[in-house]
Amino acid sequence: MSEPWLVNIQHEKLSFFTPAGEVKALNDVTIQMKPGEVLGIVGESGSGKSVTAYSIMGLTADNGRIVGGSVEFNGHQIDKLSEVEMRKIRGKEVSIIFQDPMTSLNPVYTIGNQIGEAIRLHTDKKGDEVKQRCIELLSLVGINEPEKRLKQYPHELSGGMRQRVVIAMALACEPKLLIADEPTTALDVTIQAQILELMQDLQKRLGMGIIMITHDLGVVASMCDRIAVMYAGEIVEYGEVDDIFYNPKHEYTRGLIASIPKFYEQEYERLVPIEGQPVDLLNPPAGCPFAPRCKACMKVCLNQKPERMDFSERHYARCWLNVKAAMESNQ
Amino acid sequence: MSDERKLLEVSDLKQYFPVAGSRDVVHAVDGVSFHINKGETFGLVGESGCGKTTTGRSILRLTEPTSGRIVFDGDVLFDSQTGEKAKMLPYRRRMQIVFQDPYASLDPRMTVGDIVGEPMDIHKLFSNKEERQARILELLSHVGLNSEHANRYPHEFSGGQRQRVGIARALAVDPEFIVCDEPVSALDVSIQAQVVNMFEDLQRELGLTYLFIAHDLSIVNHISDRIGVMYLGHLVEVASSDELIFHSAHPYTKSLISAVPIADPKTARKSKRIVLEGDVPSPVNPPSGCPFRTRCPYQTEVCSQSMPELAEIAPGHQAACHHIDKVGE
Repeated sequence: MSEPWLVNIQHEKLSFFTPAGEVKALNDVTIQMKPGEVLGIVGESGSGKSVTAYSIMGLTADNGRIVGGSVEFNGHQIDKLSEVEMRKIRGKEVSIIFQDPMTSLNPVYTIGNQIGEAIRLHTDKKGDEVKQRCIELLSLVGINEPEKRLKQYPHELSGGMRQRVVIAMALACEPKLLIADEPTTALDVTIQAQILELMQDLQKRLGMGIIMITHDLGVVASMCDRIAVMYAGEIVEYGEVDDIFYNPKHEYTRGLIASIPKFYEQEYERLVPIEGQPVDLLNPPAGCPFAPRCKACMKVCLNQKPERMDFSERHYARCWLNVKAAMESNQ
Repeated sequence: MSDERKLLEVSDLKQYFPVAGSRDVVHAVDGVSFHINKGETFGLVGESGCGKTTTGRSILRLTEPTSGRIVFDGDVLFDSQTGEKAKMLPYRRRMQIVFQDPYASLDPRMTVGDIVGEPMDIHKLFSNKEERQARILELLSHVGLNSEHANRYPHEFSGGQRQRVGIARALAVDPEFIVCDEPVSALDVSIQAQVVNMFEDLQRELGLTYLFIAHDLSIVNHISDRIGVMYLGHLVEVASSDELIFHSAHPYTKSLISAVPIADPKTARKSKRIVLEGDVPSPVNPPSGCPFRTRCPYQTEVCSQSMPELAEIAPGHQAACHHIDKVGE
């Protein structure tokens, strides 16, 4: 491929070392993203979706370590960089929006001060130029009276407004990649619609790549080009949005889709839940991590990890059922 | 509709809270009227701060309503005009609640068995210890937990399992009516479906009536027979769930429906979001007239002058808007 990857994570393994033992948070995660692509990562809490994205920013908690594989972003070998080098990239080439806007804003600094920080750190703009850029950014994210807002503190703004400020901060240096970690989960539905609309619009205008971390399949359906479905620290299926929704190849993906109510369906349809509880990453199962909850679990699933099987250039899954189906059709 | 079918009737319920350190009041619930029929699920949706949870709590008189009238199964529980206030203890046996946060609503120092047994202790529903224990185990198995779980503590359970404990506790006194206050919002998607199905099964087996409060319209639509939409302390629309989704009349309901993220890329690409401008006004100083007028694309002068009545626009379908006929399909 001639075009370089924006994100190229190869076989990443990441563990947290806790008093209770080694928690294998990521287990052989491979992600490749082109510039300007919107990737959705879906999965339940604890499936490793945030950990994957944070490792691109070098934001792994102190007790966590990459124990295998490599993480490459925009030509930088992230897992080899020092903290000082990392700081030059963070906020400039890649930035992040967190779930709760109140906790990512500092309550004792004004909005202007906080947005300006990234500009002052990463560019040689000074004084009035910084202020001008802040105003520009606030109007970009649809905040009215930007000049007045610059002097306000986070508590003076509503939840939706705060999230807009956080987005403005993240965009300050026109990053190549924006990581959005459940950016709308803490917001109300109508505000969520506003923010998603804004992010889609900005993505088109600025051409940046976005990694959208969410547990809400509805959010990825409308926003993303591709989806990675994670379970217990593994990508169990990866593909184009339509592949994932209309041609899922993993039982977990199928389960996720069946477990949410169909909105525009007049006929009542009972939900099909995924039975059982998510896995304990301290003692992961030997075979397929989803096997204990899988309706179609076979003997081999319990003992052996399924290999990745490709269905098209950009659609793969790890499930023994596909191997079985392929063998049967060969006979 | 005859009155015998109505299990709960709420008229002009108001719940104001004083603001500490000032003379302001929060108009959390501001004149809400609806009824719930026996055996049905009534869904209450709205954004945070719209008063849906407060409505649920006021009905159970967990907070004393400011004014209004609450009638449960023909008995007046509360009437601000006649000053009637029923003694609640006998009714607590018949009306229960399941809370949103399964972490905060269980006492961490009590075993699950004792948590489920406590309501029975209060209402003296057993004659000896064996009977109590047998009933606890029966309840746990009802919600998909087993007997060994009875001796464990809440922290040993996952969110979904804790919510099951909360439901078992509500069922302990054999209630007829349960207020479900965002019971699945804190749970993972795959676990949500387990709990929603359990609510449905229990309703069928035990003939329960639910007031199901949630902000997620797709879950509410799935589980409810009828839905009420709240905005800033007011009910703006009430209809059967199909009628509400396919023939919504109020501009707020329409935007709420269009904002639901649809987990179907083809539909999502086609559908047009009605994106509302601005934020919900403060319930301390609600706008005059229609509460929605500050964000409404159809607002005119009359909207700021008078509050629209919740009027019947089709059989069983009520909406509160001055411009129902103008709000296009």
